[in-house]
Amino acid sequence: MDLRFTDEELAFRDEVRAFFRTALPNSIRRKMIDGHHPSKDDLVTWSRILNAKGWAVPHWLVEWGGTGWSPVQQYIFRDELQQAPAPEPLAFGVNMVGPVIYTFGNEDQKRRFLPRIANLDDWWCQGFSEPGAGSDLASLKTTAKRDGDHYIVNGQKTWTTLAQHADWIFCLARTDSAVKKQEGISFLLIDMKTPGITVRPIQTIDGGHEVNEVFFDDVRVPVDNLVGQENKGWDYAKFLLGNERVGIARIGISKARLKRVRELASLERVGDVPLIAIPRFREKLAAIEVELKALEMTQLRVVAAESRREKGKPDPASSILKIKGSEIQQATTELLMEVVGPFAMPYQPEEEGRNEPLDGPDWASTAAPTYFNWRKISIYGGSNEIQKNIIAKAILGF
Amino acid sequence: MDFDLSEEQRLLKDSVDRLMADRYDFESRQRYAKEPEGWSRELWSAYAELGLLALPFDEAHGGFGGGPVETMTIMEAFGRSLALEPYLATVILGGGLLRHGGSEEQKAAYLPQIASGDLRLALAHTERQSRYDLFDVATSARHDGGGFVLDGQKSVVLHGDSADKILVTARVAGSRRDRDGIGLFLVDANAPGVSRRGYPTQDGQRAAEVTLESVRVDAGNVIGNPEGALPVVEKVTDIAIAALAAEAIGAMDEMLKLTVDYLKTRRQFNTTIGSFQVLQHRSSEMFIALEQARSMAMFAAMMAQEENSEERRKAISAAKVQIGRSGRFVGQQAIQLHGGVGMTMEYKVGHLFKRVTMIDTLFGDADHHLSKLAETGGLIAA
Repeated sequence: MDLRFTDEELAFRDEVRAFFRTALPNSIRRKMIDGHHPSKDDLVTWSRILNAKGWAVPHWLVEWGGTGWSPVQQYIFRDELQQAPAPEPLAFGVNMVGPVIYTFGNEDQKRRFLPRIANLDDWWCQGFSEPGAGSDLASLKTTAKRDGDHYIVNGQKTWTTLAQHADWIFCLARTDSAVKKQEGISFLLIDMKTPGITVRPIQTIDGGHEVNEVFFDDVRVPVDNLVGQENKGWDYAKFLLGNERVGIARIGISKARLKRVRELASLERVGDVPLIAIPRFREKLAAIEVELKALEMTQLRVVAAESRREKGKPDPASSILKIKGSEIQQATTELLMEVVGPFAMPYQPEEEGRNEPLDGPDWASTAAPTYFNWRKISIYGGSNEIQKNIIAKAILGF
Repeated sequence: MDFDLSEEQRLLKDSVDRLMADRYDFESRQRYAKEPEGWSRELWSAYAELGLLALPFDEAHGGFGGGPVETMTIMEAFGRSLALEPYLATVILGGGLLRHGGSEEQKAAYLPQIASGDLRLALAHTERQSRYDLFDVATSARHDGGGFVLDGQKSVVLHGDSADKILVTARVAGSRRDRDGIGLFLVDANAPGVSRRGYPTQDGQRAAEVTLESVRVDAGNVIGNPEGALPVVEKVTDIAIAALAAEAIGAMDEMLKLTVDYLKTRRQFNTTIGSFQVLQHRSSEMFIALEQARSMAMFAAMMAQEENSEERRKAISAAKVQIGRSGRFVGQQAIQLHGGVGMTMEYKVGHLFKRVTMIDTLFGDADHHLSKLAETGGLIAA
């Protein structure tokens, strides 16, 4: 047992860090540091820089653009990317549908979609949740009825993140309602330009527009866009959700935010002393750092075990990553809001292009919206309560 | 980075686990506690035979050159079984101080005796006023010819009542809370002027109050620089904290196991109580607290040998915070989920709970270490 990074791993970290330092455009880095969402153009620009370097989809099969890095290298890459801080590549393409396509899709689908995902030529979104199918995803009602060489899709998806930019959506739809609910679901790839699709924005409590409702009204989808076999979509969805938990702890993001907290708390003054010198505050910060360090070690344990684990058998430890990872991320947003103090109050809608100067320091305006927005992370990706069910099943067998 | 045990480490783990499984079930443990010294001489010999008492020492001193990972393996097994023997006091603390602070002659004289099981040691550092500050030393050491004369009183000396020799921190120069001026002295437990009052601790182990009245220590029994012993005491207590973290993991792991067994067998309302979601979630939370603590115990083991003492201290403090918090949560929930049974002296889970509770108070509790960590700039630099 040697828990230190090897010399090779350290050299790799330096290489990755140096690349992020020079290749990440400053305007994007600034936005990230100040807690703004990167725009669609920012993400496209950054994804293409990564793709040109060959690092857009490091975890994919080498044949389709993967780098063949070890799990530890993959971890280091993600951690450094988040700490840069750089935008994360669009998860719906590179983490979700990409691996499903190269694992279960046919050759045509692989050739057609994978290179365009890596280069962010196609913006993907995820059509899983429905108004009546959240944690109980398998109860989804959207239908796909066969009609010659097409499916006719009807129904509604919701919480569809960034669907307003999307070229494609991957959807779970019911193709057989006579069987057990998990057994009649298929996995379809749908062009967002197809007639009959309507996207309606949902504004979230932070004032932002990230998620949407997507309505399907007699949408004709070529049978060629079915992934794998009809009625096997639930298996592919479970595979996808298993991959989603990889990196969900987002330790690098929490590290970057805590660094920012310490930096700003050294500038903010409470009477004659900086906020960071107030024992109550700095102990709160240190307590989160301890939790984060523990989670980082847990993450590395999961990473180290990754290569040995049976495929399709999730490690209950990955549910720890989701639960603690989200709790810590949320705690960091609370702490940053505390640093900002009274200047958490002014509200500046992001999309309205106003030019009025802010009341207070310009780094303060995103603190409260980020705190509000990040309440979502203990809900999505399998709520933290669902994760506790998963752990209980693993340790108790119920 | 590699989380697997080496072949040798696995063999060590197997043999310790086997020994404890064969000889240290809970009933035996309660019997050992009633022996005159509060622990088992027979098991002490078994540890010596297995080489556990020699583990961290160099081969030249009859040891095996084991590191923190080996120590972690042993301590986790001890924690699971609630071992009573003075392993921490003798091998980790006493042996550690001699190994890291002693002269060649001192090492050659004492380490082989520890390894063979013939010498038991204790560290006397806590004083009535010191709380967890290792530098707060009022016990005095006055120059006397080539040697020193010690006067003062030490409290909660772990296994001080059965020790053959006691390592004592005492102030040679400076005022009570100065970091400089502290010496470390090896005192025969039966030397004139040493009086010991042994007593049981809450977790079923033993400790002693030690009074020193004009105790003479000759120059050969001064460990290291007589005015600069604090760094080595800090280093060895950090190593001891890493060892205690592993012991706590063993105890927490055992508490979770017992709790899960109980939830699967205890029936109420015509069903096993483990079918209730509120109890399922509680046990999941225990699992999370345990695994987070396990991660930090590993981190502590990795950092215990860190040369940069500031980095080492921060890491050890962070680990102690996590161990304290997780230990409290897992322990309290283990009792709660067992219901009344958890409250009884005859059932193991309560003893495990008491041990992790006392581990929090050894060498600084969670709050102490959190405030130290916060004071020194935390883990992530701005």
